[in-house]
Amino acid sequence: MTVSLVASPQYLIVADVSKLPLWVICGYLALLLLLGIFSATFFRGTSKDYFVASRSIGPFLLLMSVFGTTMTGFALVGSSGKSFELGVGVYGLMASYSGLLHSAIFFVIGIKLWAIGKRYGYVTQVQFFRDRFESPALGWILFPILVALVIPYLLVGIISACKTMVPITMGMFPDLFPVLNDDGTHARISGSIPPWLTALVVCFVVLCYVLFGGVRSAAWANTFQTIVFMIMGVTAFILISNALGGPVEASKMVLRESPENADRSLMGKTYFFSYFVIPLSVGMFPHLFQHWMTAKKAKTFRATVVLHPFFMMLVWVPCVIVGMWAAGLYAAGDLRLPLTDAGTPNANAALGAIVRTLVENPLVTGLLTAGILAAIMSSLDSQFVCLGTMFTNDIVARVAGKDRFSDKQMIWLARGFVLVIVAVSYVLSLLLLDTNVFDLGVWCFTGFGCLFPLVFAALYWKRTTKAGAIACVIATVGTWSLFFWDDIINTGPKVFGEQTKAKYLVVGMMPAIFIFAASVGSLVLVSLATKAPEQSTIERFFPKKHD
Amino acid sequence: MGKKIILIIFCLMFILHQDFWNWDNNDLVFGFIPVSLAYHAGFSMCAVTLWAFAVRFAWPSEVEAWADEIDGDAEQPDGDAQ
Repeated sequence: MTVSLVASPQYLIVADVSKLPLWVICGYLALLLLLGIFSATFFRGTSKDYFVASRSIGPFLLLMSVFGTTMTGFALVGSSGKSFELGVGVYGLMASYSGLLHSAIFFVIGIKLWAIGKRYGYVTQVQFFRDRFESPALGWILFPILVALVIPYLLVGIISACKTMVPITMGMFPDLFPVLNDDGTHARISGSIPPWLTALVVCFVVLCYVLFGGVRSAAWANTFQTIVFMIMGVTAFILISNALGGPVEASKMVLRESPENADRSLMGKTYFFSYFVIPLSVGMFPHLFQHWMTAKKAKTFRATVVLHPFFMMLVWVPCVIVGMWAAGLYAAGDLRLPLTDAGTPNANAALGAIVRTLVENPLVTGLLTAGILAAIMSSLDSQFVCLGTMFTNDIVARVAGKDRFSDKQMIWLARGFVLVIVAVSYVLSLLLLDTNVFDLGVWCFTGFGCLFPLVFAALYWKRTTKAGAIACVIATVGTWSLFFWDDIINTGPKVFGEQTKAKYLVVGMMPAIFIFAASVGSLVLVSLATKAPEQSTIERFFPKKHD
Repeated sequence: MGKKIILIIFCLMFILHQDFWNWDNNDLVFGFIPVSLAYHAGFSMCAVTLWAFAVRFAWPSEVEAWADEIDGDAEQPDGDAQ
C-alpha cells in the first residue's frame, strides 16, 4: 500500500500513490550494478588495466563512454529547462557549438594525446604537462587546480540526483521519512526519499563497480547509461507530443502563448558568440583525458569524432522542443512549476512537471527518472576513477618514488583513494545541498575551457616554454578568481559585469572570453620572452613530418 | 592539402554558426520545429559530414605510426608514469 499526502486541516489524508517509479529506478540501479560487476570480471589485475583499461577499448565503447562522460544530467533536465527559460536558441548555444567543437577537440587534441600517452605510458594529464614542459612545478600548480575544478562538477551531479528523486517519490513513505511543517502537518515533500539516502545509494552503486573494475567498468557502465538516457529523451518527446495532440498542434500553441520561446529574442548575440569557450573545456577535463588513454588504436577515435554531433542532436533536439512546449503551457496557465527563491518558475523542473502533468504514467515517470540518473552517473563514475588515478600517480607515486610501490599496491592505493573521494564527495554534497552549487558548475566549465590554450599550445606550438605555460595557468586562475568573486561572492553592486536574468555577463558576453584572452595572451607573450625549450624535448613530443 | 581544406571548412562553419539572420524568426519547419532550431539541427548534421570527411581525407596517419614506434607501457620513460 502506498500513500499520497493531500492537505487537510489537521494533517494529510492518505491516498494511493504508486511506488512503481521507485521500483523502476531500483531496477535500473540493480542492472547497472550487475553490468559493472560483470565488466569487473575482465579486470586483468594490473595498474595499467585499472587506470587505462590496458589501452584496449574499441570504437563503440569509446564513443559511448566519451559521450556519456561529456553529457551530465544537464543533457535532459537542463536542456529542456534552458529552452523553457531562453527559448530554442539554447540548442545552438550549447549543443551545435559542442557538436562542432567537441569533435574538433577529439580529432586535434584527443588523438595526439593518446599517441603521446601510449608512447610514454602516461595515465594522467599532469604527467604529460610535467614532462612536456620539463617542470615539476607546473605539475604541482596544475594538480590542485584540476582537482578543485572537478570536485564541484562532481557535486553538481550528486546534488542533482538528490533533487531529482524528491519530487518523484513525494508521499511514498510518510511514516519512514516524514517532513513536517511548523504546525505539525506534513510538508509537500513529506514521505520522499531523503537526499542523504539518494546520495548514499548513487555513490554506493558507482563505487561498487569502479572500485573493482576501474576505468574499464566505468566505460561499460557509461555505455549502458548512455543508451538509457538517449532512449528516454526520445520517449519523453513522443509521449508528450501525443498528449498535446501532436507536434504541430503543440508548437502552434507555443506561437500563440509564448512566441519568444520559438526564436532567440531572449538571448543576446554577443552572449551567443562568447559561449564558444565553454565547449573547449572538454580539452582539459582530466576524466575525459583518461578515457582517451583507454583507446586501443588511433582509429578507435573515428566513430567518436564523427558521431558525437549526431548523438548530441539526438538527445538535445527532443528535450529543447519539450522545454519550448513547457513554456507555452506555462504561459497558458496549464502547467504548474515550483518557484525559485527569486520568485521565478524553476526551469529545471519543467521536464518533470510536463511529464507528470501530461503523461501521468508511473512507469514512464520511473523510466524518465532512470534516464536522468543515467546521465548524471555516467559522468560521476569517470570523475571518481579519475581523481583516484590522479592522487595515486601525481601525488603518492611522485612523492614516494616510482619504484616504491608494486603494481598490486598501486591498484590498492587507487582503490583507497576512490573510496576516500566518494566518502568526501558524499559528505560535501549533503553539506552543500541547499547552496546554489549549480552556479559553480558553469564556473568549472569556464575554468577548464580557459585552460584549453595550454593543452593546444603544448601539442602544436613548439615555441611554448615552461614559463609561458606557468604564466598561462596563473593568468587563468587570477582572472577567473576576479570574475568569480564578482559574480558569486560580491553581494554588492557588480564591479566588472552585470547580473541579467540569472546570468553574469561582462559587456554582454560571458566572462570566460576575457579569461580566455588573458590565458592566450600570457602564454604567447611569456613564451616569446623566454628561452625556447630544448631540442630534445621538442623531438620527444612532436612527431617528425614525413614526405 | 586535405587538412587545410578541413580547417577552412571548420572556420567557415564557425562563422555560419552565428546565424543572426534567424534571430527573431519563429517560423516553423515541418509545422513544429522553429527555424532557429532546424538550422542548428542541420548544422549538427553538417558537422557530422565535416568530421566524416576529416577522418577520411585528413587522418593523422603520421601520429598513429609515431605512437606505435614505442610501447610506453612496456618501457617506462624517464618520467614517472606508472
